[in-house]
Amino acid sequence: MKIIHTSELTKTYNGLHAVDGVSIAVDKGEIFGLLGPNGAGKTTLISMLVTMRKPDKGTASINGHSISKEPAEVRRDIGIVFQDPSLDEELTASENLELHAAMYGVRKNLKGIMHDVLSLVGLEDRKNSQVKTFSGGMRRRLEIARGLLHHPKVLFLDEPTLGLDPQTRAAIWDYIKKLRKEHGMTIVLTTHYMEEADNICDRVAIIDHGKIIALGKPEELKSSLGGDTVTVVTKETRKLANAVRRLGISECSLHDGKITFCVKSGEKQIPGIIGMAKEKRIRISSVSLHKPTLDDVFLSYTGKTIREEEASALDSMRMRRTMRMRRTGMRR
Amino acid sequence: MNHEISAIVSLWKREVIRFFRAKSRVIGTLGFPFFFLAVLGTGLNSVMSIPGSSYNDFMTPGILAMVLMFGSVFSGVIVIMDRQFGFLKETLVAPVSRISIIAGKSLGGATTAMFQGLLMLGIAMLLGADIRLETIPLVLAFMAIVSLSFVSLGIAIASMMEDMHGFQLVVNFLIMPMFVLSGALFPLESAPEMIRNISYLDPLTYAVEAFRFLLHGSSQMPILLSTGVLVVFLLSTTYTAAYLFSRIED
Repeated sequence: MKIIHTSELTKTYNGLHAVDGVSIAVDKGEIFGLLGPNGAGKTTLISMLVTMRKPDKGTASINGHSISKEPAEVRRDIGIVFQDPSLDEELTASENLELHAAMYGVRKNLKGIMHDVLSLVGLEDRKNSQVKTFSGGMRRRLEIARGLLHHPKVLFLDEPTLGLDPQTRAAIWDYIKKLRKEHGMTIVLTTHYMEEADNICDRVAIIDHGKIIALGKPEELKSSLGGDTVTVVTKETRKLANAVRRLGISECSLHDGKITFCVKSGEKQIPGIIGMAKEKRIRISSVSLHKPTLDDVFLSYTGKTIREEEASALDSMRMRRTMRMRRTGMRR
Repeated sequence: MNHEISAIVSLWKREVIRFFRAKSRVIGTLGFPFFFLAVLGTGLNSVMSIPGSSYNDFMTPGILAMVLMFGSVFSGVIVIMDRQFGFLKETLVAPVSRISIIAGKSLGGATTAMFQGLLMLGIAMLLGADIRLETIPLVLAFMAIVSLSFVSLGIAIASMMEDMHGFQLVVNFLIMPMFVLSGALFPLESAPEMIRNISYLDPLTYAVEAFRFLLHGSSQMPILLSTGVLVVFLLSTTYTAAYLFSRIED
């Protein structure tokens, strides 16, 4: 069952197509990643899906409700963690959550749910502190807790783990996976951490200049680049090359004591190669496998590495934070 | 429907919590009227001759209207801060109608403004102002009408502004003129005709006149006229605020 459906979704700003004819379908329970450089249109696409902005052209539906005709129904079914902070700094963590619960009609077992989400993000002991005393990472974690509070059917996460430490990131992804498993929650996310996208997403869409330029399972996208390389270090390279050829695998380079095979799903070929070597009594000293990463995919489609993008995204986030501090200072 | 009401209550609560948490705001808003009553009122008491009352008594209803207007407009304009700090987004994507959001905000802002008004009345009484206590329930009702109108005005202004830079403009060219022209500080009949005619266009004039009637038992403007104008003002500001607020995109 498709829980999100978009057809030719388009949004134009000053004649510029921020989102240009995007058609995607997301399955129920899927974790779907949107990847792309800054300004590619990811956030605009999400803000249309969450009914914040109206599309200029095209349609979209979430859980069977049209985003333009039934925004109220759509909002009830979704949760959002914004890229920019959206907490009330004067209120405490608990008060922020209670306000959210009231607006989303969460009343049953509110104390228990609040305890669960706050412990998940490690803020249970700070629940009565004002948000303005929180660090950037703590605020982020609180926002994620808040987005999960009403157990939405679809959860939108715009750069949810940007600026968080690896442990917190891992904990958050674990919990998100658990939510998907237990509640069948569908998750749409954007992230600059390609490794995370690779590990977490069932499918990813790469967006550039408002258009989807690649869509598929991370595995498929990576193997479309030409597959993996398996490198074997041995003294009898020639003999091994001949033997392995019988498995239907041919080497792509052969140096003194080092032989490289170009294969699809390299990890599945390694046992065969080792088995063949054993049969022919060839001594192997080491085997290594390199798989293309989503970084490689990103590079091949956009001509840029995601690292460059990540750096600039971090810069702009730092800038936002400084701005915010300046404003807070001004207000006091 | 049920959760719309709980959303309104929660947003109301938020405004009240924020108000009392910002201690400087409570003290700051009372400093200004205190200065007016204790210094200006006492100082001018001997030179101003108002038929039938002392200048301090004359000024008290006007200062009450001023406190309500300043407090309310400020609570409304705070929508801009919510926008800058991102919190507005959280409310705008919630499954709650914009009307409920604006209702919660207005009720909260009006509550804090009324609290300031009551504190100010207390100060005025300590300073010796003569106030009829039996009309307090009616005074409260009028305080609510005036506060709600000006919170809505503030929200309407905030919906059109991008940041706080324009706020000074609003204070200088809208709030201050409304206050000065309202007859809070001098009797309108002693003003030149031109100023008096402009004053009749100022909604705050009718608030001052209504409070004068309720607190002292007499006013220049018939109470029915003041009431009518204030109700029309309330309806038009809330309508405008709701319209402009519902057009905010993010």
